[in-house]
Amino acid sequence: MLRYLMLPYSEDGLRAIEAGDDVIVSGTLYVGRDQVHRRLYDAVADGQELPFSFSGNAIYYMGPSPAPAGCVIGSAGPTTSARMDPFSPFLMEHGLRVMIGKGPRSEAVVEAAGRYGGLYLQAYGGCGALYSSCIISAETVAYPELGPEALLRLDVESFPAVCIIDSRGTVYRG
Amino acid sequence: MAQDRETFAAKRIADSLIAASRVLPEPVYEAIAGAVPEGGKAENVMEAIRSNLRVASERSLPICQDTGAFWCLASIGRESRIPLSRVERIIEEGCLDAAERGSYRRSIVSDPVYGRINTGTNLPAFISYELMDGTGLELRFLMKGFGSENCSSVRMLNPTAGEDGVLEAVISMLRAAGGKPCPPVFLGVGIGGTMDRAALLSKKAFFFDDPSYSHLAHRIIKAADDLMIGPGGLGGRPTALGVSILSEPTHIAGLPVALTVNCWVERTALIAFAEEELC
Repeated sequence: MLRYLMLPYSEDGLRAIEAGDDVIVSGTLYVGRDQVHRRLYDAVADGQELPFSFSGNAIYYMGPSPAPAGCVIGSAGPTTSARMDPFSPFLMEHGLRVMIGKGPRSEAVVEAAGRYGGLYLQAYGGCGALYSSCIISAETVAYPELGPEALLRLDVESFPAVCIIDSRGTVYRG
Repeated sequence: MAQDRETFAAKRIADSLIAASRVLPEPVYEAIAGAVPEGGKAENVMEAIRSNLRVASERSLPICQDTGAFWCLASIGRESRIPLSRVERIIEEGCLDAAERGSYRRSIVSDPVYGRINTGTNLPAFISYELMDGTGLELRFLMKGFGSENCSSVRMLNPTAGEDGVLEAVISMLRAAGGKPCPPVFLGVGIGGTMDRAALLSKKAFFFDDPSYSHLAHRIIKAADDLMIGPGGLGGRPTALGVSILSEPTHIAGLPVALTVNCWVERTALIAFAEEELC
């Protein structure tokens, strides 16, 4: 089934999406991959202030190529989600709900999605140019020293994805 | 004069690498265009892939944001008078220029464990040197994305494992990879030598194919498809679009098998120089 997800999300919006649904995402999307996850994890564990609120916001596992002249961003497709698996259940326990990346997740992530009402969407891997054209604006929010791995805020429109794990912990397996 | 030649050679390399990040080689493109999606979300994924290729070429954007590590095999003619320092320089300068002009993502960190500070240049390139017949220089590049490289692996099999053992090893590595490496994938298989040589062969296999292994390659592609990992790992077919195998002699006690997994964005470049262009 085709669903639309507006970000920041509403709780009802999340629950309406089921594993296997095609999902069109629009709105504000935060970007963070490996090193950002390490830092978010440490920030939560140490009780420090987070660079963005987990409430209502989604995280996209991505590191863009540089923006050519006249573009807001370069290629911007998803990276492999499994590398974020060691961090995600802990971040979900502390309020993170929506994750977008590519590839399968661990059982611990599936279990956490069911427990906390989380959602894992898969974007089309390798399709960086396509996703670049869904991005209206991009700005660095934190950790600029990480270069292509910095934490960004994007404004996206009609960003295509597939729901792999829904908020009941059901998994789409193809 | 020598400097001019060097600058010109580096620019040729850079131009090839920039083009390779935006437009796939003809056979790779044909394999994607000709793939028949079946089951799962295969049709949607293949459609997204084809649209992505269109957008990348129309807007001159890298096909994938992971423009990869520069992997280079430099084959130097045994009788060549080309100075080796020049070979190294043109590769490095060509890669540097490609990253700059081609808006490559800077994906390389200086130390794998401590600090992981980005080098900011996408260098160093990972270069292997070898000798070949003749007097020229041939450079073969893979722009190696790491979502797929993380799924690459080496297995040291028993010498009696035979063709079935190799098939089983490759398929078990692919099963473990699942949807992680951006399927449908292209596979390079290196068999024989030592552990490291098998790994090198598995990358070289993207440029040379040993026809005596075509039966095994065919078996691998069929078994890969039967895993039903499917495009994007979302089920169905195809799972692999190409398998290429290279082998060399090995020890009586062993049968090394290496697999390099490439995502569907199989980016390669071949740049050949005649001796007089670099002397």
